Amino acid sequence: MLTKSTHDIAAPFSRRGLLAATAGLMLGLASITGAKAVDDTIKVGVLHSLSGTMAISETTLKDTILFLIDEQNKKGGVLGKKLEAVVVDPASNWPLFAEKARELITKDKVSVVFGCWTSVSRKSVLPVFKELNNILFYPVQYEGEESERNVFYTGAAPNQQAIPAVDYLMKDEKVKRWVLAGTDYVYPRTTNKILEAYLKSKGVAQEDIMINYTPFGHSDWQTIVADIKKFGSAGKKTAVVSTINGDANVPFYKELGNQGIKATDIPVVAFSVGEEELAGIDTKPLLGHLAAWNYFQSIKDPENEKFIKAWQAYTKNPKRVTNDPMEAHVIGFDMWVKAVEKVKSTDPDKVIDALPGIEAKNLTGGTSKMLPNHHITKPVFIGEIKANGQFDVVWKTPGLVPGDAWSKELDGSKDLIGDWVEKKCGNYNTKTNKCLGSGS
Amino acid sequence: MLANLPARLRTLALSLFLIAFALPAAAGPFEDAVAKFANDDFSDTDAAIGVVASSGNPLAYPIISALKDGRLMADADSKKVYVTGTDGKSVDAATGEAVASVPASASAVRLNNRLRRSVDAALGGLTLLSPDVGTRIQAAQSVFKSHEESALPVVDNALAKETNRSAKTALSEARAAILLYKPDASEVDKLEAVATIKGRGDQEAMALLTGIGSDQPASVKAGAASAIASIQSSLAVWSGVQNAWYGLSLGSVLLLAAIGLAITFGVMGVINMAHGEMVMIGAYTTFVVQEVIRTRYPGLFDYSLLIAVPLAFLVAGAIGVLIERSIIRFLYGRPLETLLATWGLSLVLQQAVRTMFGPTNREVGNPSWMSGAFELGQITITYNRLWILVFTLAVFAILLAMLRYTALGLEMRAVTQNRRMAASMGIATSRVDALTFGLGSGIAGIAGVALSQIDNVSPNLGQSYIIDSFMVVVFGGVGNLWGTLVGAFTLGIANKFLEPVAGAVLGKIAILVLIILFIQKRPRGLFALKGRAVEA
Amino acid sequence: MTPHMLTRSLDRGATIFLLVVATIGVLIPLSNLLLPSGSFLHVPTYLVALWGKYVCYAILALSIDLIWGYCGILSLGHGAFFALGGYAMGMYLMRQIGTRGVYGNPILPDFMVFLNYPKLPWYWHGFDMFWFAALMVIVVPGLLAFCFGWLAFRSRVTGVYLSIITQAMTYALLLGFFRNDFGFGGNNGLTDFKDILGFNVQADGTRATLFLLSCLALIIGFLICRAIVSSKLGKVLIAIRDAESRTRFLGYRVESYKLFVFTVSACMAGVAGALYVPQVGIINPSEFAPGNSIEAVIWVAVGGRGTLVGAALGAVVVNYAKTFFTSGVLAPYWLFMLGALFILVTLLLPKGIVGTFNSWWEPMRAKRVSGAAESAAAENGVSEPKMAE
Repeated sequence: MLTKSTHDIAAPFSRRGLLAATAGLMLGLASITGAKAVDDTIKVGVLHSLSGTMAISETTLKDTILFLIDEQNKKGGVLGKKLEAVVVDPASNWPLFAEKARELITKDKVSVVFGCWTSVSRKSVLPVFKELNNILFYPVQYEGEESERNVFYTGAAPNQQAIPAVDYLMKDEKVKRWVLAGTDYVYPRTTNKILEAYLKSKGVAQEDIMINYTPFGHSDWQTIVADIKKFGSAGKKTAVVSTINGDANVPFYKELGNQGIKATDIPVVAFSVGEEELAGIDTKPLLGHLAAWNYFQSIKDPENEKFIKAWQAYTKNPKRVTNDPMEAHVIGFDMWVKAVEKVKSTDPDKVIDALPGIEAKNLTGGTSKMLPNHHITKPVFIGEIKANGQFDVVWKTPGLVPGDAWSKELDGSKDLIGDWVEKKCGNYNTKTNKCLGSGS
Repeated sequence: MLANLPARLRTLALSLFLIAFALPAAAGPFEDAVAKFANDDFSDTDAAIGVVASSGNPLAYPIISALKDGRLMADADSKKVYVTGTDGKSVDAATGEAVASVPASASAVRLNNRLRRSVDAALGGLTLLSPDVGTRIQAAQSVFKSHEESALPVVDNALAKETNRSAKTALSEARAAILLYKPDASEVDKLEAVATIKGRGDQEAMALLTGIGSDQPASVKAGAASAIASIQSSLAVWSGVQNAWYGLSLGSVLLLAAIGLAITFGVMGVINMAHGEMVMIGAYTTFVVQEVIRTRYPGLFDYSLLIAVPLAFLVAGAIGVLIERSIIRFLYGRPLETLLATWGLSLVLQQAVRTMFGPTNREVGNPSWMSGAFELGQITITYNRLWILVFTLAVFAILLAMLRYTALGLEMRAVTQNRRMAASMGIATSRVDALTFGLGSGIAGIAGVALSQIDNVSPNLGQSYIIDSFMVVVFGGVGNLWGTLVGAFTLGIANKFLEPVAGAVLGKIAILVLIILFIQKRPRGLFALKGRAVEA
Repeated sequence: MTPHMLTRSLDRGATIFLLVVATIGVLIPLSNLLLPSGSFLHVPTYLVALWGKYVCYAILALSIDLIWGYCGILSLGHGAFFALGGYAMGMYLMRQIGTRGVYGNPILPDFMVFLNYPKLPWYWHGFDMFWFAALMVIVVPGLLAFCFGWLAFRSRVTGVYLSIITQAMTYALLLGFFRNDFGFGGNNGLTDFKDILGFNVQADGTRATLFLLSCLALIIGFLICRAIVSSKLGKVLIAIRDAESRTRFLGYRVESYKLFVFTVSACMAGVAGALYVPQVGIINPSEFAPGNSIEAVIWVAVGGRGTLVGAALGAVVVNYAKTFFTSGVLAPYWLFMLGALFILVTLLLPKGIVGTFNSWWEPMRAKRVSGAAESAAAENGVSEPKMAE
């Protein structure tokens, strides 16, 4: 039987031993209490998972920040001081994100934090950043519906990714029928809700929209792919809008390829599939499936080529790919450096006030600007997957699209705006002229 | 498609076209159209495809097929367009004259999905008369899909010459599709078309029938509606068959992941939480094998899995023996401690792989015989799933035979049934322990080879299977391989029949609740061991 | 519980443990609140929150040790009870946000506004009252454990089968709570709390109080466990652990004993979860992950199974190690350390830290005070080590 034990039961303890243990404990406490006071560097926190399920995406972002800090230090640092990265591993564990954020700010006294990937990790650290008044740069496309004073969103809001992609499919591919497939978490839920409202406003009937949610890491896609195939055989041009999360994509695309769904029949446009994800798939059967991003590695631009070269040299890997969240970190980092230099201080309050309006070159030939709602302006590109795992840009927005913190398509948020310059409020109701909730 | 044909056949096809379309080409429009390819503008390219395909020019086929394969090179400055053959030789697309080399500034003409459809439709029209039956059928299929009116004369022409039965069916279906959508076709033709398409009876037929506009004659609409209803009812029956197949396939994956555990856990009683990591190691072995093959012996790629299977068995098995010798053998009789130690081990192995191979997914390709699918009635059976099912059953049979007929198997059974007695009979129990654990791990490694074909190859691969594997073994009954087999397929099929009703997540929750309740009914699983061994 | 029982059940080790917990529980908050932040002995707020988390984990470890160490029930799903208690508390905290949510809806939490819930789901009613939520913190995990245990123990599901179905239970709950349709905020869970009983959850005073309460809960939990294991009931539990069939044949209703202790343990885990949530600031489905439950079992193993002090100590030691290794230069290698720790502890310290310490200390002590040890050992029901083979 399994439950038999060889243990003794709680035998009495010695007083001396315990006293010693307590003393040790106290000493340990004290030793992590004494913060080191080194003032000749500016500390930059890096809060990305290096282990656990999210390591697959986030490790690259940690490397990106280390690379950017390295480059900046070669240029002489900021305000005459060297930058120093403080790397922690929140291990894809959401409460640990909050704990590590607290540690970075209180113990390591960082001036700014670059980090998080999933929405839940951002939500988990939000109260910490608000309480301890520090700055977080969040580099991933997300569901919007948020504008916080201490957070700067350098990834795409839904209006900078989802809606242009749907527009493209409607105009260029004449798609009439839509499958909205996603992993069951808040980003796909919100994006799909926004898209559903948007499609209906464009005259798409309810029966022409199919919504499907799957759990994280879903690996058996047979039934769902067959359903998509069935849904697509109603005589109208059908497309899949995929907000399927990273890990589940490989088996999804493999099943698509094997069941013979070609991009010419039912194109799939994905919002979470970039160069990194494709690196794990044989892309030949996926030729022509789409992705919408604000950056592609294949974009021909001198800035981009310079960046890729330097990045591959830094990582000593000539095949290392770049992707959209990396570009977001590049822009965010640049903006932070510029804001710090503008106010000649790393004091979070001053930097937060200085950031809106700061401009930084993005890697696709434009200049992104930090908006009062703490989102940035970005171009939107639609790329088709090529056989070599890269994307071929088939469409782009004529100019830069400003990020909306609050979606105009949802009833709950269409009157809300974020404005940290004039209104000093992240969720300001323009109808009632009131700042809602605690965001004042 | 033609691009995949052997070169000789292709030349044959080409020369045939040269005969079929040996009319003097009108110099103006064709050359203008070809020049448009150099504009790098999707609508210009689309227009050019239309003109070139219907030009009757012998160069049309080479140009369009080169466009499809990304071999059509255009120079934006000189507006010159070149066709690079698969043999590396190039010709000027407008004149057909051979050129020494394509200028460096030229790049492949880009396509998007809309253009790819145009290209497919154009190629369909151009290859309807191909000497190869497969190509003809495929061409007819793409005409069926695009059902463009312009293709009708060619289809009629091809239909008249066609002798092969299935090609003939495909062609008449293509013809029916065109007629159904042709505004000025007669009502009789259309009704006949509806009947032909109904005979096809698959989802595409249904798509075609549902998509007809409202301006059709009433009789056609009624005919289409009844055809749709009949196709639907036959598809409903097929969807049951399809669910059963999906269930078998899922069951085979579960079985494959659990079968190694059935040995280490079921036979030896070791709760091996690092089992999933053995699966992962097998998958990474496949990756390494493919990587070596890609760089050194690209010709062997189709055999990569065959090479990977024994290697994965050896690598994972060796690691298993190592683990047994260094950790587990000190923990026999304390199964819960093994649980903790192997859990720690799984963390170490995961992180080790993450450090060695990086945290991102690694690409493991499908060999050609594992790609694609075939139709069986109205269901699609993908080759990779089919092969995994076959492979799983083979592994199971070999394992069973090994345990029953080999000396090692006999010793293993003896040791698990009565260790002391076995030892007294002169069996080196510790050696048998190590080998049994190695065997279980090796089989997990083999499972990794198969799973690399359908799932991510990442450090997290194993974790996603460990819970399911334990469920299968416990559900089937610990210590009974047949129980594991029946358990895996039962869970797989139940899951797939629940999924369409309840959705993927609720279906899985329902399965878990059912397992919990089932264990109440039969506390020792489906096939419980009886006798004294149970309480030991 | 009579005072006599209390004193009887407390040996010296336990007394010292309780004193240490009480001292920490008082000193850390005082140092945090009263000493200036520059002082060497000042404990910064983040450490208060961190240690508060450890203390909650210690309670969870105690609850696992009670059933595993003393009754041989290995639950690989105890994290589920912890998380359910946490969710009950989280729901109370969500309701306290009121109009301070981003959409300013007085009734619905933000995520419900976001997902177009027309009204509050029925199971959210009542959670605006603290007493109700506090009751649910105990009732929900307790009820689940009771139902689950009633089914499982009555049909004599034991050993590894039980472990696996507890794992199935927490896994099913994990999947369920992940679903946004479930009404618990999906993957994001419940977060962005403002007030607890009118006090700002982020204020230093509240944190210090929560820390003190957690220590108090640990002490009370310890006393309850102690009382159980040293009573006659406890002896039966140990008998069940060591020879279940024999105990049954002696006429004890094994399943009732198991059910009782399993339910008590689940309630304790629920309380731990409820204290954990306001200090950590988030509760989300990942707490249900089977890995978390396994880890909690490992804390107990590291500290010493079957020693209540050890369970609590193990939780603190392992989590401290985790905090320590996940920052700085060691960050990429911390899983190696943690994994190695688990392997080495099981191989080299099979009785855990406290168990090993005891077996090393016991003979020496026995030599010194042979008379006193006799009665203590008898009282603690030292069982003969025995190989399962």
